[in-house]
Amino acid sequence: MTNHTKSNEFHKQQNKEEMKKQLITFATMIIFTIIAFIIVGSGLMSKMLAIPLLLILALIQVAFQFYYFMHMKDKGHDMVAIMIYGGVWAAILTVAALSLVIWW
Amino acid sequence: MAHDHSLNPETMPHHPEKATLEGKNKFLGLWFFLGGETVLFASLFGTYLALKNSTAGGPTSEELFGLELVFLMTMLLLTSSLTSVYAMYHMKNNDFKKMQLWLGITGLLGVAFLACEIYEFYHYIHEYGFTFRSSAFGSAFYTLVGFHGGHVLFGLSWLAAIMIRNAKRGLNLYNAPKFNTFSLYWHFIDVVWVFIFTVVYLMGKVA
Repeated sequence: MTNHTKSNEFHKQQNKEEMKKQLITFATMIIFTIIAFIIVGSGLMSKMLAIPLLLILALIQVAFQFYYFMHMKDKGHDMVAIMIYGGVWAAILTVAALSLVIWW
Repeated sequence: MAHDHSLNPETMPHHPEKATLEGKNKFLGLWFFLGGETVLFASLFGTYLALKNSTAGGPTSEELFGLELVFLMTMLLLTSSLTSVYAMYHMKNNDFKKMQLWLGITGLLGVAFLACEIYEFYHYIHEYGFTFRSSAFGSAFYTLVGFHGGHVLFGLSWLAAIMIRNAKRGLNLYNAPKFNTFSLYWHFIDVVWVFIFTVVYLMGKVA
């Protein structure tokens, strides 16, 4: 019984530390969002510079969401990575193909 | 009692959502679904990028969009992502009541987000005459953003269903995977929104 309680305490502590990382993730995402809105709202940056920067900020936010909030950083997510990156690969092809349509 | 998988806090496994084969299958199945969803939304994004300048003399994205409302909507959805992380934190600590509380807050934030979106569409239609049929830009915009809003609505219905259905059951190995799959789906809705506020609203405002 005492062993159970002890391991339970250990898991609780582990969950608590995990939650701290999640809060840092959340704060980072909020900051990135605010930066993205300031870039556009202030109108100080040229279009050529602003668009790639906005896309990079979005990609970093999405990586945080997948790896921390959705736990892809944890063990046992190999199959998950295959499935989501399979989707991402097809998504890139789709957007590339549809964007090429308007260039010509 | 031996068959309903009800476990007390001392014997609940570390990851109750993946302790059974059914739980593992639900987890993988949802990720497989999300891979497909990624492609679905990519085709809607691609269509939007191809048609966003075809305004047919109607308002352009620059004239139409307001950053304040989009910022508020982004904060609502991002915060609801964090509250669902809190809900899963309490699930892993086997605290059913706190999990339900945080899931409820997640749902309320989702409802607020949806209310903002309905107000936004109403505003575009009545103030600008910008509708699904007024231009190719309009069709592509409402399809993409509306499809995301439809996902939010579906997620809210799903959440209400599992919260009410399991309200008297408490947390066990049978329903823990159900809550976990919902939470993953909800995060994915936020992932799609990150691209919508970047590609549609922010890039539409600088262009």
